[in-house]
Amino acid sequence: MLACLRAFALSLLLVAFAGPCLAGPFEDAVAKLANDDFSDTEEAIGTIASSGNPLAYPIIGALKDERLFADGETKKVFIKQDDGKVIDAATGAAIDSLPDSASAVSLNNRLRRTVDAALGGLTLLSPDLATRLAAAQSVFKSHEEAVLPTVEGALAKETNRTAKTALGEARAAILLFKSDASEVDKLEAVATIKARGDQEAMAMLSDVGGDQPVAVAKAAAAGVASIQSTLAIWSTVQNAWYGLSLGSVLLLAAIGLAITFGVMGVINMAHGEMVMLGAYTTFVVQEVIRTRYPGMFDYSLVIAVPLAFLVSGAVGILIERSIIRFLYGRPLETLLATWGLSLVLQQAVRTLFGPTNREVGNPSWMSGAFELGHMTITYNRLWILCFTLAVFVILLAMLRFTSLGLQMRAVTQNRRMAASMGIATSRVDALTFGLGSGIAGIAGVALSQIDNVSPNLGQSYIIDSFMVVVFGGVGNLWGTLVGAFTLGIANKFLEPVAGAVLGKIAILVLIILFIQKRPRGLFALKGRAVEA
Amino acid sequence: MLTSINHDIATSFSRRRWLAAAAGLVLGLTGFTGAKAADDTIKVGVLHSLSGTMAISETTLKDTILFLIDEQNKKGGVLGKKLEAVVVDPASNWPLFAEKARELITKDKVAVVFGCWTSVSRKSVLPVFKELNSILFYPVQYEGEESERNVFYTGAAPNQQAIPAVDYLMKEEKVKRWVLAGTDYVYPRTTNKILEAYLKSKGVAQDDIMINYTPFGHSDWQTIVADIKKFGSAGKKTAVVSTINGDANVPFYKELGNQGIKATDIPVVAFSVGEEELAGLDTKPLVGHLAAWNYFESIKTPANEKFIKEWQAYTKNPKRTTNDPMEAHVIGFNMWVKAVEKVKSTDPDKVIDALPGTEAPNLTGGVSKMLPNHHITKPVFIGEIKADGQFNVVYKTKDLVPGDAWSKELDGSKDLIGDWVGKKCGNYNVKTNKCLGSGS
Repeated sequence: MLACLRAFALSLLLVAFAGPCLAGPFEDAVAKLANDDFSDTEEAIGTIASSGNPLAYPIIGALKDERLFADGETKKVFIKQDDGKVIDAATGAAIDSLPDSASAVSLNNRLRRTVDAALGGLTLLSPDLATRLAAAQSVFKSHEEAVLPTVEGALAKETNRTAKTALGEARAAILLFKSDASEVDKLEAVATIKARGDQEAMAMLSDVGGDQPVAVAKAAAAGVASIQSTLAIWSTVQNAWYGLSLGSVLLLAAIGLAITFGVMGVINMAHGEMVMLGAYTTFVVQEVIRTRYPGMFDYSLVIAVPLAFLVSGAVGILIERSIIRFLYGRPLETLLATWGLSLVLQQAVRTLFGPTNREVGNPSWMSGAFELGHMTITYNRLWILCFTLAVFVILLAMLRFTSLGLQMRAVTQNRRMAASMGIATSRVDALTFGLGSGIAGIAGVALSQIDNVSPNLGQSYIIDSFMVVVFGGVGNLWGTLVGAFTLGIANKFLEPVAGAVLGKIAILVLIILFIQKRPRGLFALKGRAVEA
Repeated sequence: MLTSINHDIATSFSRRRWLAAAAGLVLGLTGFTGAKAADDTIKVGVLHSLSGTMAISETTLKDTILFLIDEQNKKGGVLGKKLEAVVVDPASNWPLFAEKARELITKDKVAVVFGCWTSVSRKSVLPVFKELNSILFYPVQYEGEESERNVFYTGAAPNQQAIPAVDYLMKEEKVKRWVLAGTDYVYPRTTNKILEAYLKSKGVAQDDIMINYTPFGHSDWQTIVADIKKFGSAGKKTAVVSTINGDANVPFYKELGNQGIKATDIPVVAFSVGEEELAGLDTKPLVGHLAAWNYFESIKTPANEKFIKEWQAYTKNPKRTTNDPMEAHVIGFNMWVKAVEKVKSTDPDKVIDALPGTEAPNLTGGVSKMLPNHHITKPVFIGEIKADGQFNVVYKTKDLVPGDAWSKELDGSKDLIGDWVGKKCGNYNVKTNKCLGSGS
């Protein structure tokens, strides 16, 4: 460690004073990067990472992010820094701008692994905890023997408990595969890795081959078996979570339909297109933000939700006023008219935005995942679940506690009675349809985060939405909720057993059988509303 | 519920039947784009979906042919006549493909048709092209196991895409365990059958191959991505070979990115993901995942740079991407023009006989040649996804690879060849020296 530090200080001095006139192994290695040849780059990374030069980290970091540029003619290599400034990679001197002939040094996956391993070694002592953790993780994966002294040094200095565990695991991984490590060390390493207990630990232990001492191989095999049985339990939990997540997507897509079809009784085949309009609204909002206010990108969805509600709601009201109100009580024509309408809307969007997918980005708070025990929960799914439940509660409260909600229920339950009580029924019809469509639009905002934003977006959800509403019981929001989650969870438990295709078929068959038995769904409405 | 609907049908049909009729009429009209033509032109049929699910991929190909015709007419057309495009919209509806093909050949009397994307649409138009003896250029990578007299396959056969990709992963990434994931239809199923046989012939155990199919437009990939992760944690280097079709790719890659599967851990090599599909994605989490094609937009050759410039000028969109099937159309179109000029006629029989052996430069610097089995020679490139949505070519075959109509990996087809020059047969068995004919 001391020697390492000394070399570090020395190289600092060298860079500060001797600077550009020196052509050591480091400078040669940097020049090699300019060849843009994969094996040359690999060699150069090794030399640079072990050089102890303070520029090593910036160079390799830039290489990873494709910010490292090289000029094949002059063999000069440049780093484009995050702030847009350019420096010479060999000397650290600032450069006005990149020469035109310079191009980014290319990587392939093998090199990316080398880069990650090198970066891991270089950042083990970083003051930032997250960087240290990432470094320990990449050392764990690469388990390069050469990094062992650095890992041990870092371990001695580390005060944070999480980082300490991670470093311990990294050290264990190295020792396990180090040919001259003692059997005691190796057994201890197996125990440490086994305690980690996740899939990567299992992968590493299964990798222990016949060249290891018998006791170590045995311990590793036992470790694999124990991790496997723990993971099997976790995978059930994970399936349940996937089911909830799928259920929330189904619920979100169906909840608008539960109003237009469930409450109003309109077979609305254009429901999916309302969802699509919501998704395209998100796209337009993000496009405006990208070009005008790039700093606000993380708020794009918050802005898109009310806008999508207004856009889809307005289109819904327009449809109701211009088409559907002439067709009340005639389900067949409504079906045909709204189906035609859905094709018209799709083609209109196709003409306006083009037939290809549009890019809707995930804001940073919706990207990535976190580990809960031994299962991975992705943020976007978690947010969608919360969002769906919020929409559901708000909708329920609106129907129950506002006067519009009261009027809606009155009109759908007994139109003539409501009319004679002075309720403007046609106005209420339009608003109800607008509300259902608006909620479909909101669903589009959320779905744009997990699916394609293309003119066909709505089509893929329309069947599922009808399935959920019919299964849950027409005219009952709670039924829709229970129906969506039941179908979601059933689907996700069937999928690992039967596969995605058969699983979907099995669900459809089950629903057909169920509807035979209970034609009105899970929660049938009772009383006078049924006859209406 | 049922009875009330029946009642509604009975009362309503008599009153507002016009509405349904009107809706039908409107729908019929939207798909109709007829063309009247003067006699001094040669007509070229374009049979690509401009609406429905496949419009996402096929619209670009229609534009490509229009662009190529435009360029050719600037050079004076063919045989002294101008070319004229007849564009129809089969609307992603497979039976409609056959109907529109018949319309193009009999009513519009086109000399050649460029069209189709999915294998099922190609199979649907095959009998029409045979019966009416016309020519179809098919520009998309497909599962092989076919060689027809009236069809010229300018896309990749499995040995020009799937097998080189697997070879690359075996050699360069030392992959030992394989997930073959695909959408549930004929192209992925056949390709995976070929790949499975190929992997086994290379000594991969059954336990190290996981095959998974998903429905069209599958959007909830949580379980499958978690399964892949699990399969990849057996201590051997794992890769995913994806034949997942178009639309389902976006949620698949999003889920991969979100669950943190990096290309350095489990690389995914895709056969249906190109520049166009990536345009709808944030590609930063996908850097390093691979695609195998015969063309990439990012390949720097003078021919490609010129093509991209002219294409973007023609479409008036400086960001418009190019892709592999477009290049296939470019090659196919130029081959057809050459063959027609060689025999000085657009007569299908003459052109079909003249096409094998015809050469046309591809956009990546080589010269592709039409083979007697009606497939062409193509280079194979493996590209890694870059942060900007383009591909970085990490591997290229030394020579052009000739397309095999019949896979050498499958028992049923390893003895078959297509040879429309010598044997005049699409499925000639070299062991028994017999032509199986159209019955097989």
